[in-house]
Amino acid sequence: MTSEFARYTTGEPVADTKAPGGPVNERWDTRRFDAKLVNPANRRKHTVIVVGTGLAGGSAGATLAEQGYHVVQFCYQDSPRRAHSIAAQGGINAAKNYRNDGDSVHRLFYDTVKGGDFRARESNVHRLAQISVEIIDQCVAQGVPFAREYGGLLDTRSFGGVQVSRTFYARGQTGQQLLLGAYQALSRQIAAGNIEMHARTEMLDLIVVGGRARGIVARDLITGRIDTYYADAVVLATGGYGNVFYLSTNAMNSNATAVWRAHRRGAYFANPCFTQIHPTCIPRTGEHQSKLTLMSESLRNDGRIWVPKAKGDDRPANEIPEDERDYYLERVYPAFGNLVPRDIASRAAKNVCDEGRGVGPGGQGVYLDFADAIARMGREAVEAKYGNLFDMYQRITDEDPYTVPMRIYPAVHYTMGGLWVDYDLQTTVPGLFAIGEANFSDHGANRLGASALMQGLADGYFVLPSTINDYLARNPHRAGDDEVNDEHPAVQEVIADTEDRLRLLLAVDGDRTPDSFHRELGELMWEFCGMARTEAGLRKALERIPQIREEFWRRIKVPGTGEEFNQSLEKANRIVDYLELAELMCLDALHREESCGGHFREESQTPDGEAARRDEEFSYAAAWEFTGTGDAPVLHKEDLVFEYVHPTQRSYA
Amino acid sequence: MKLTLRVWRQRHADADGAMSTYEVDGISADMSFLEMLDTLNEELILKGDDPVAFDHDCREGICGACSLVINGDAHGPERTTTCQLHMRSFRDGDTIDVEPWRASAFPVVKDLVVDRSAFDRIIQAGGYVTAPTGAAPEAHATPVPKPDADFAFEHAECIGCGACVAACPNGSASLFTSSKVNHLNVLPQGAPERETRVLDMVAQMDEEGFGGCTLAGECATACPKGIPLMSITGMNKEWLRATRKAGKR
Repeated sequence: MTSEFARYTTGEPVADTKAPGGPVNERWDTRRFDAKLVNPANRRKHTVIVVGTGLAGGSAGATLAEQGYHVVQFCYQDSPRRAHSIAAQGGINAAKNYRNDGDSVHRLFYDTVKGGDFRARESNVHRLAQISVEIIDQCVAQGVPFAREYGGLLDTRSFGGVQVSRTFYARGQTGQQLLLGAYQALSRQIAAGNIEMHARTEMLDLIVVGGRARGIVARDLITGRIDTYYADAVVLATGGYGNVFYLSTNAMNSNATAVWRAHRRGAYFANPCFTQIHPTCIPRTGEHQSKLTLMSESLRNDGRIWVPKAKGDDRPANEIPEDERDYYLERVYPAFGNLVPRDIASRAAKNVCDEGRGVGPGGQGVYLDFADAIARMGREAVEAKYGNLFDMYQRITDEDPYTVPMRIYPAVHYTMGGLWVDYDLQTTVPGLFAIGEANFSDHGANRLGASALMQGLADGYFVLPSTINDYLARNPHRAGDDEVNDEHPAVQEVIADTEDRLRLLLAVDGDRTPDSFHRELGELMWEFCGMARTEAGLRKALERIPQIREEFWRRIKVPGTGEEFNQSLEKANRIVDYLELAELMCLDALHREESCGGHFREESQTPDGEAARRDEEFSYAAAWEFTGTGDAPVLHKEDLVFEYVHPTQRSYA
Repeated sequence: MKLTLRVWRQRHADADGAMSTYEVDGISADMSFLEMLDTLNEELILKGDDPVAFDHDCREGICGACSLVINGDAHGPERTTTCQLHMRSFRDGDTIDVEPWRASAFPVVKDLVVDRSAFDRIIQAGGYVTAPTGAAPEAHATPVPKPDADFAFEHAECIGCGACVAACPNGSASLFTSSKVNHLNVLPQGAPERETRVLDMVAQMDEEGFGGCTLAGECATACPKGIPLMSITGMNKEWLRATRKAGKR
């Protein structure tokens, strides 16, 4: 049986009209020169809304305000310092070549295109690699306390998928330090009166008037008040949608409402099935589990991953002799060993667990062993490098990783898909921009470690503040007939939609909690749209999701009212969007009958079990157009052209 | 295990609050404290009661959102954040008191949720380096001695949770403020604004209604990130230095 939703149609191709041609290393300069500028004196007349205060939103808000724009910024957290970028542990890549180990902008570009399994745009990725070096300079100037060598210069380390040492870090708290840098820059602009900051305020819909994004509808989470905010452009920096899976490494309140509402209002959603399952997370302990905790990929620099050679070997790790252990990554991928890209490491872990060789409760885990590192470097050196991660592991599991190997298992971590954007980071709705994890642009089908921080800050500090000028210059603000206000029919419709939805959620008064629906959806997605996907499984999920949605609207129970601080209402409202987005993720995974990066279709693999791409049919980004809840969407393809990095079967052996 | 919870309930900022008693059963030692509260809330929702509001987000001990006083201690009996506190720290049959941060500068929003925006305003007063995007010199132009970089990092670890304020008998924000002053003032990048930073941040801290510091030391004991008490001494030195320098001008 085919679900109605799966009968999608294919529309006109979608083209990136902003990407300049010419040599790839000159394109960013070309674009910046061709773009129109806004006279500095006129910038304060322009209002820009920025939603989100993570690395992308924080850096964009600060930079736009520094340039003279009037910025109105939002975050659902109680402070702009808390967005989930703060939890990134490992580091940030930059092609500084401080190690003299053969790194260059071109190598970072090459590694990222290859790591993404040839499903990203060359122009965007090259720009990212170019900007990477400026990011480090910017952050150091802000006082970000990166790790340093004794000579006072910056230290770097290696990360998965590369053979150079280009990852800058601040112990295991790189995301925190970079975010605080952006937050402090943002704070300076708030104090200067250039940013109007609304914390504990959540965007619930996008206002589109005359085909252009002109504002948002947002709810004050303390009073429940619903307000409209208007601007000349809207920037979404609202992160990824990993929480569709219920259990993920995302923060509990990270959500997809802003991007999904924008999608419903006309922004295409690209490659939703490209989700990243991170190989090194702490395994779950039971039904009560509310989220999963990641252990930084940097641990794979010194830790060795293994499982017992024999199935069902339940001896404690330390009693399993060396020759009865299978260091499977080192065995299968001798060149990269434990530092293969994330998608490969995750799938390998799943495979050994599926074979019955997993360790820990339920056999859902593999060992990450530091015994050799401790013998080689000494316990103190290991402690200095990874101390806080070891402490965190011990706190959660009550096991000492200095003496017993860690147990790890893959978990949903990052979403490469997101709103489709052109080279200017503008969506298909003019005036609506998406930056950071919220867009789809740079990581293809798999993101390399330490590249999310790089992309978020590249978008926020350097790309968007440059490209948004062109849009604002070409669409000057005009008083009078260009004014939008609450009386405008298009605005009234959006307000009514928002209010109706919240009222309905409160009115159902059923017998199931928001979490129970979220967990059910998450389990379904993990089973059928997780690490390995099949046509049969995806069709089953596509059949099941509308049923869950129907049951949700019949049985949801949300206590309290809408005119107060109501965390159950916030949660239920986000689940409404997950229940639609999940369907699109499954359809995208179903239609892409190839394997690439994090998207593994069991039907498409090489004889030795690696992802088999089918370039002749699927070398495109899939941008989906919304047509109605549960209605078949329209697929728009953006062909990917590779002029510099020739697509090959990725090899890390 | 089975536990008795006594939880502070307060409908909104202007309402009176009181402790309410709840029983929870089937709690596993592997649960985090917040997962235990999730369990309680699931039951309350199904009964048609208002679930207990509390701030939380990353549940990895880094975002600084969670903020509970547990049995009188900010973040409870272990030196960590509430989200990283696990039920193995409690015993079957325990009675546990759960309250919000208590400080006049942190008014209660609802139940266990408080308003910590005063912290943001302290940072806005000077907790930054003025380095507009694009103006940065090459990162290696200014080497930073490793001990200074490590000192800066140690203070930069503050997560802005407010446990220091909640633990302090005076409700002082000195440890929070000093951690940022020390982080930025030790770095060459932070040097040009060294004096104005400490003077403006301390002035803002006082204006927000936080109490004064009497070096009771409770803050450093409660801090989940281990910011040392000496941090406050460092801030006081910076403040004195800046005040004297300002006097000479």
